[in-house]
Amino acid sequence: MNSFLKAENLKFSYINNIEEPPVRTEVLKGVSLDIKKGEFVALLGHNGSGKSTLAKCFNAINIADEGKVYSCGFDASLEENLLPIRQRVGMVFQNPDNQIVATIVEEDVAFALENMGVEPSEIRRRVDEALKTVGMYEYKDHAPHKLSGGQKQRVAIAGILAMKPQVVLLDEPTAMLDPSGRAEVLKTIKMLKEEMGVTIVLITHYMEEAAQADRIVVIDSGNVVMDDVPKKVFAQVERMKELGLDVPQVTELVHHLRQQGVDLPCDIITEDECVKALYELLK
Amino acid sequence: MAIIKTENLTYVYGEGTPFRKVAVDSVNLEIEEGEFVGVIGHTGSGKSTLIQHLNGLLKPTDGKVFIDGEQLWEDKKRLRDIRFKVGLVFQYPEYQLFEETVYKDIAFGPKNMGLSEDEIDRRIRETARMVGIREELFDKSPFELSGGQKRRVAIAGVMAMEPKVLILDEPASGLDPKGRDKILGQIREYHKEKKNTVLLVSHSMEDVAKHAGRILVMNKSKLYMYDTPVNVFAKADELSNMGLSVPQITRVFKRLSAMGVNVGEEVYTVYFAKDLTMKLLSNK
Repeated sequence: MNSFLKAENLKFSYINNIEEPPVRTEVLKGVSLDIKKGEFVALLGHNGSGKSTLAKCFNAINIADEGKVYSCGFDASLEENLLPIRQRVGMVFQNPDNQIVATIVEEDVAFALENMGVEPSEIRRRVDEALKTVGMYEYKDHAPHKLSGGQKQRVAIAGILAMKPQVVLLDEPTAMLDPSGRAEVLKTIKMLKEEMGVTIVLITHYMEEAAQADRIVVIDSGNVVMDDVPKKVFAQVERMKELGLDVPQVTELVHHLRQQGVDLPCDIITEDECVKALYELLK
Repeated sequence: MAIIKTENLTYVYGEGTPFRKVAVDSVNLEIEEGEFVGVIGHTGSGKSTLIQHLNGLLKPTDGKVFIDGEQLWEDKKRLRDIRFKVGLVFQYPEYQLFEETVYKDIAFGPKNMGLSEDEIDRRIRETARMVGIREELFDKSPFELSGGQKRRVAIAGVMAMEPKVLILDEPASGLDPKGRDKILGQIREYHKEKKNTVLLVSHSMEDVAKHAGRILVMNKSKLYMYDTPVNVFAKADELSNMGLSVPQITRVFKRLSAMGVNVGEEVYTVYFAKDLTMKLLSNK
């Protein structure tokens, strides 16, 4: 099967029951999106655009009011599919302290497996493997609260890996981290995609991170407004700024230079490309 | 005169227990009045512990803290007045909103200072304008606002106390790029208008490079350096070894320079990079 996460004309509203009469806020207004197996998609949008709400529809935390959502082939609107979906689609949230439940790293990673009733010897094997994958094996006996933010997020990712997921959704996993923590988490994400074929959906406000994805989807007021490879998306500097977003610094520099009439390609989004292009110009 | 001064400031957590940790180690620092200081450091470097000393939330294990020439903790009765001089905005300050209306929430700090109603009203209107909160929102519950608005109300509440030093711990964390630029721009405007001292704690090297006149770097509980952005970002390798980085644009020009392009100067903002490139091109 080719399409792995699929939304068809998806509509979703939050309902505030405290008010009388209840207030309905429509957050997703007919989203259609098709994500293929093994793809690394960055999901961008300003605060309140609906990107987190969309991500939560893919692991059936939110159930569509209208339209259809399929995750790994399962219809997310059917109650009997909730467990199979959640076993296949893992989620990592922004604040590392909100998603660690145990007092020892390896127990935290084992938490979901214990709940799934996996054999103890198999749990041991999978926990070790997951911790090695994210580079946290030597910390398996440590207390999670003593780790750095980046290390905690890698432990959270290991907890999901141990479940052998097909998809990992990450909702601003690097927002609270220092630069090296951000780099650690991003390296881990890319390794999951490249070496294990995991499908990745990354929500982020860091444009340099989004530039490393295969594809960027931009959500604005509940609709998909851009969906293309990073080079094509970031080439539209003015449009991105209108949407409350940004572009990588190198893209912005090239954009300003082009406006001054300097002959440079418009699709520079990485440091390497920028160094190369400027070197040709200035050498 | 230095508005903030520390002498051999040291703070130890869990003294006498197996968890003893020196969080701030012999820091000597002098920050001049009117500076806009970026504070950077890896997670656990001691930057939060350091700033909590500056308005007396923590008492030094050893060493001294001076605010506006006056030593904190010397006379406990003076502590309250000194605290009014140093406003501290914590991370995710929107979680600390509690009043019934936006107006009352911003009023809380100034009221505690014992100011007159007129003066309180003036300050609320002024700070709300500075952070872009319209007066129509004054009677609303803070909990009805968007995330970005809530955060700006919380910041206004501290600004309204007109502290000589305003310290903000990651005020832009979790905001989208536009929200981030807006809030940091407003803080900079406030600094320009009030000519006070601002300390901005951030994990974004790009934001610090764009706004700060000086940068304070904490590393493993010690003050690593306190210097201009040019001098700080010149130490790219050292910063990277301590879990930090330099802006992307700085890395690009360092690499160009290593490849033999005569860049000449340290680059740390996009605008400077643009002007420099144009200059280099016209000199060719």
